[in-house]
Amino acid sequence: MTIEVRNLVKKFGSFAALDGVDLKVESGELVALLGPSGSGKTTLLRIIAGLDWPDSGEVLINGEDALAQGARERHVGFVFQHYALFRHMTVFENVAFGLRVQPRAIRKDEATIRARVKELLDLVQLDWLADRYPSQLSGGQRQRIALARALAIQPRILLLDEPFGALDAKVRKELRKWLRSLHHEINVTSIFVTHDQEEALEVANRVVVMDKGRIEQIGSPGDVYETPASAFVHGFIGESIELPVQIADGVVRLGDRPLRLAADGLAPGASRLFVRRHDMLIGPPGSGAFEGAVRHVRNFGPVQRAEVALSGGETIEIDAPRERELRAGDTIGLEPRRYRIFAGV
Amino acid sequence: MTMQIADSVSLSPSEAKARAHAAAARDNLRTEPRAVRIVIIALAMIFLSVFVVLPLVVVFAQALSKGFLAYLSALADPEALSAIRLTLLVAAISVGLNLVFGLVASWAITKFEFPGKTFLITLIDLPFSVSPVISGLVFVLLFGAQGYFGGWLRDHDIQILFAVPGIALATTFVTFPFVARALIPLMQEQGTQEEEAAISLGASGLQTFFRVTLPNIKWGVLYGVLLCNARAMGEFGAVSVVSGHIRGETNTMPLLVEILYNEYQFVAAFAIASLLAMLALITLIAKTVLERHLDEGQDGNDH
Repeated sequence: MTIEVRNLVKKFGSFAALDGVDLKVESGELVALLGPSGSGKTTLLRIIAGLDWPDSGEVLINGEDALAQGARERHVGFVFQHYALFRHMTVFENVAFGLRVQPRAIRKDEATIRARVKELLDLVQLDWLADRYPSQLSGGQRQRIALARALAIQPRILLLDEPFGALDAKVRKELRKWLRSLHHEINVTSIFVTHDQEEALEVANRVVVMDKGRIEQIGSPGDVYETPASAFVHGFIGESIELPVQIADGVVRLGDRPLRLAADGLAPGASRLFVRRHDMLIGPPGSGAFEGAVRHVRNFGPVQRAEVALSGGETIEIDAPRERELRAGDTIGLEPRRYRIFAGV
Repeated sequence: MTMQIADSVSLSPSEAKARAHAAAARDNLRTEPRAVRIVIIALAMIFLSVFVVLPLVVVFAQALSKGFLAYLSALADPEALSAIRLTLLVAAISVGLNLVFGLVASWAITKFEFPGKTFLITLIDLPFSVSPVISGLVFVLLFGAQGYFGGWLRDHDIQILFAVPGIALATTFVTFPFVARALIPLMQEQGTQEEEAAISLGASGLQTFFRVTLPNIKWGVLYGVLLCNARAMGEFGAVSVVSGHIRGETNTMPLLVEILYNEYQFVAAFAIASLLAMLALITLIAKTVLERHLDEGQDGNDH
């Protein structure tokens, strides 16, 4: 099943939640909508599900006009951030709900429904919780039940709204892996919304980065990380050093100091320079494009994180390998291994 | 106290010491001197006794002052029986209507956005802020012989005022807010996500209401109905204006209590009053039980 969205606009009062969004999701993909809160990602998901309606634009599911149908007819599995399990029903009845409310003509008999629910509970590995109530489950269990419930109706597409947003970090990591392998197993076209870049990069085949109701970039996790299309994407994904620079006469300047960086093909004017923290190579003073004094160093994990005051006054944070110990007070040269410059302030 | 002593017998000395420490720590948290605490508690108890318990006792004492047989015969009086019947009938009508109105109003208010919503919420409270006598007078102005619809009603031979419809209308108006008031906060807190989940799973609007919404609010509904019923049976002011006090026909229990009292039939007056007092006690107990269920529902909701 493909999902296609064309020029979608949705306003809440004067606030444009979606400001002309185009997106095509191919059959069997697992796509992440990634963006800060207020970027419109949840609104987009709810419109695809039929829980919200756009002011203008088109939504096609498998080539058919989805806006002509209500949420009930769209046959879309939706998983909510806060689970939205039916609190007065057992886990079993929650999962069975979608099967029990089918029109009488196509409703399965009780034995078939029971078998199907059992199968789904096995799939999410929680068959032993069938008789519990949602309030007796942990957050991770609730979300897996919510997923089983959404899958019960054999949805054409699966939409997940911040599915792991309410869970603690450890459970979240487990469920990420689990979701990816589950998707591999059932292979239903899926979109999930997240504001957690790590989650998006780790789980999705393709990442859609959104900001202020617009799509900033669509690409594989590698693409959006390695070749960000805009200053926003560079700043939002991965940890970046950001410096305000001026481009004039083919020279990049930070403040009034020219930097030894290539400025070919860059438009003159105020711009922003982005470097990944781990892409700053350390050398002796005077060796790189920048020079600075180490303020202090924190050692954890595979890298040391150093705060460096550049000679022009800006302070940046870099991640350096631990082979070469840095000490507070050291003067070092810094050379960006890779960098990108985006026009504008 | 005896319980505690019995408990400590089975405790080892170290456990007993730990308990004593805990009790001491609790006492240390109270900064008021013992005397102040006793005075405050005593004041509250005296106030409650004089203003709540005493009147209740007096009602039953008066009702039974001429013996139990006199009490029973006062209740078996045709006028009393007719008042009881009318009260039950009116309560059934107004509670039934307000159950439907309350459900619809709170559903609309909590699940949808529409212009005029704040106005509607304010309007629901109107019967609480208007004196019941005025509520009654409104119906006299509308349906009385000189009222807006009076002429038309007379021509078509429809009796509203000084009859059951008028009493039911006035009672319904006065008790309108109870069900809606009980449900709106509850439904607001529960939000719309479960309904959205139900619809995306293919449930129709009615299925969603009966399988998801209603089970979630059932204790709230019962709570609203209970309070609505208590007020409907006890309403005096509005009913007094529209009833006409036709003996054996349009007197509800509260109206009959007043009439009998004014005629110095104290046993009969207090016998009816004792029924209303019992209703109050039952309501109170049921209310406590329902509140416990409502709290439990909230706990279950606590993700």
